[in-house]
Amino acid sequence: MNRIIEKEFITPEVFRMRIEAPEIAAKRKAGQFIILRVAEEGERIPLTIADGSAGEGWIELVVQIVGKTTKLLSMLEAGGSILDLVGPLGKPTHIENVGTVVVVGGGVGIAPAHPIAQAMKKAGNRVISILGGRNRDLVIMEKQMKAASDRVMITTDDGSYGMKGLVTDAIQKLIDEGLKINLVVAVGPPIMMKFVSLLTKKYEIPTLVSLNTIMVDGTGMCGACRVSVGSKTKFVCVDGPEFDAHQVDFDGMMQRQKMYQVQEKEAMENLKK
Amino acid sequence: MKEVPAGPAAAEMEEKKNLTPKERLQIPTQVMREQEPGERIRNVKEVPFGYTDDQAKIEASRCLQCKKAPCVAGCPVSIDIPAFIKYIHEGDYKNAVHTIKNTNILPAICGRVCPQEEQCQKGCVVGKSLGGTDKAVQIGKLERFVADWEMSQGKADPPAIKPATGKRVAIVGSGPAGLTVAADVRREGHEVTVFEALHKPGGVLIYGIPEFRLPKAIVMREVENLKAMGVEMKYNMVIGNIHSVDELFAAGYDAAFVATGAGLPMFMRIDGENLNGVYSANEFLTRANLMKAYSFPATDTPIARSKNVAVFGGGNVAMDSARTALRLGAENVYLVYRRSKTEMPARIEEVHHAEQEGVQFLLLQNPLRIVGDDKGWVKQVECIKMELGEPDDSGRRRPVPIEGSEYMLEVDTCIVAIGNSSNPLIPDTTPDIETNKWGNIIVQEATMKTSKKGVFAGGDIVLGAATVILAMGQGRIAAAAINEYLATGKW
Ligand SMILES: Cc1cc2nc3c(=O)[nH]c(=O)nc-3n(C[C@H](O)[C@H](O)[C@H](O)COP(=O)(O)OP(=O)(O)OC[C@H]3O[C@@H](n4cnc5c(N)ncnc54)[C@H](O)[C@@H]3O)c2cc1C
Ligand code: FES
Repeated sequence: MNRIIEKEFITPEVFRMRIEAPEIAAKRKAGQFIILRVAEEGERIPLTIADGSAGEGWIELVVQIVGKTTKLLSMLEAGGSILDLVGPLGKPTHIENVGTVVVVGGGVGIAPAHPIAQAMKKAGNRVISILGGRNRDLVIMEKQMKAASDRVMITTDDGSYGMKGLVTDAIQKLIDEGLKINLVVAVGPPIMMKFVSLLTKKYEIPTLVSLNTIMVDGTGMCGACRVSVGSKTKFVCVDGPEFDAHQVDFDGMMQRQKMYQVQEKEAMENLKK
Repeated sequence: MKEVPAGPAAAEMEEKKNLTPKERLQIPTQVMREQEPGERIRNVKEVPFGYTDDQAKIEASRCLQCKKAPCVAGCPVSIDIPAFIKYIHEGDYKNAVHTIKNTNILPAICGRVCPQEEQCQKGCVVGKSLGGTDKAVQIGKLERFVADWEMSQGKADPPAIKPATGKRVAIVGSGPAGLTVAADVRREGHEVTVFEALHKPGGVLIYGIPEFRLPKAIVMREVENLKAMGVEMKYNMVIGNIHSVDELFAAGYDAAFVATGAGLPMFMRIDGENLNGVYSANEFLTRANLMKAYSFPATDTPIARSKNVAVFGGGNVAMDSARTALRLGAENVYLVYRRSKTEMPARIEEVHHAEQEGVQFLLLQNPLRIVGDDKGWVKQVECIKMELGEPDDSGRRRPVPIEGSEYMLEVDTCIVAIGNSSNPLIPDTTPDIETNKWGNIIVQEATMKTSKKGVFAGGDIVLGAATVILAMGQGRIAAAAINEYLATGKW
């Protein structure tokens, strides 16, 4: 059981939760995730660690309500606790001083992008962060990202904040400015990562993406999380979650994400009743 | 096989204390009553009900009490089988259980899942005299009977624990190997912590083997017994990630036992394996067993609602997957196996049960590719027929494809049950633990010592995917060596 220290809604659909987890906090590195369960008959879901403090013994998650488990999680309050919490899982982001790094976060993907930006900056890179959302409300953590970056660009689909357009437009702008980009790290919806990947491939910019596939155990035991990378089958929970974007079969991955669409909808409807 | 009615006949038999061997051979094999196939595929409850008191005593009276007992030689942990059977015959169930528990702490589990026909029952003189292992004394069923009897008596008394030594042992993985070592090392007075990656203990016993074959309450009870002995269980701890083995030593543990199992599912590397509807057996069974997807939406973990299912493989894992698919409501479940039935590695009982329940065996066939529909879901699997050729390295005749025999099987779900290789997490994070080319940890067989001082290993992580009893057997050897190491400090 891990105690919830704080919970706060950032938007009606997105909340931040700080959880007491001293051992995980001491170990976690940028790019790693946890798996949690909120109820005795509950499912196991993976969530990327957005922040943490080894000194104070907590980790923080930023979660978008997308299904029954995230909904149940959102209903827990500070003082309550998480039934099962396991981590840190997956391989940490490879942090190195490569020069100029563009960190792209889309929607709630901004949260896990944050520790990566921080670590890249700390390693001596020049960090340019691009935050994308459908509208102004969905651009989260701007302040924290500014603190972790040399420059921040914001895009919204509807133009309600920052530049109107997609994160790829912002990357294109940087390229057009003549900037030499040494690495792009993108975290966000699969479709966003796919288009970032297509763009950077054209310009031969090395690119990492952090995949969030369906998972069960998170230890490499089941293969639910598998994805084709460079036409080899990889397990996201142990081989990833980060991979060379130019090798990832995004279409195959997006298809697998839909595996339980019908059941997930049913579970949500049951919950509403 | 005819069931002998309990009652007068049984009582009569009982009275005859001094049966001649010839008379004993005439007593028919006792058959456990079972749920009817048509009924049981609609629930997840255990299939056989176990022997009645009378049946157990009658079955026990079939034992010839051989001096040079071949059954004991066939048992990986050398249970004194004639002795425990004699106790059953005399109605002294307590001593029967104690006799078994001298060498096997998990009889309720082993009685259910051991491949007895390959072990104790294989050499049984009764079976040999009557011309078949199926006629051997039903040692596994008797083991199960007394273990269940003990459980029905309420809480088992925890065994005596020696005075505290102040030494601490970390066990990584709570499958049968880990649980065995926990008991044996704890008894010696050492402090024991079991670290388990999942949220529940038991390893394959919990996430893999289905409820209808091994009720989870039995596994949980064994764990409760360990806790009553003072063993500390820590769940949600992936060793290698949260703490490395070296960090465990730094935190004050004096020895470690690695029992992380063979939990890395193999795929076939054929086209279409990542389509929706293709599962590894581990995923399918974990969703169904550990996560109770059979009760969705009352429970939260979903699983495919399949109509036509193809399972690839011929071992216990394949049988469990096929029978689970039936219970989840599939109309047709095909078991595609590239060799013939006699080569199937599954326990005979599981093969019988699967057949009774309507699993369709497609023997001497092999999948070539899985074909999807335009939405990325499994639609068909292409199979090819095989024939048996020359014997291969394993001594079994090698299946060879029959050219031109390819055909399409209409399915919406495929379950790959062709085996597991070893979990790399510990070796990857502890490079001074040596492994072989398959990733199994290398140990000295007499002690289960690894190449790293203070670290022992056993079970599937050493053997590759093997059996519960072999995992326990290695656990016993390791525990003795750990106790010795902690007492002497000599590596
Ligand atoms: C579906 C199925 C059916 C089977 N049927 C039979 C049968 O009928 N009869 C039979 O004898 N055998 C059967 N087997 C084989 C048998 O279950 C195994 O041989 C046995 O369980 C191995 O025991 P173990 O203790 O070595 O490992 P496991 O039972 O695999 O347990 C390993 C445990 O370690 C945990 N773990 C792994 N990595 C870590 C880590 N880094 N940190 C912490 N914990 C970790 C795992 O989560 C797991 O709980 C079956 C196997 C399967 C999959
Ligand atoms: S989640 Fe099971 S192997 Fe990755």
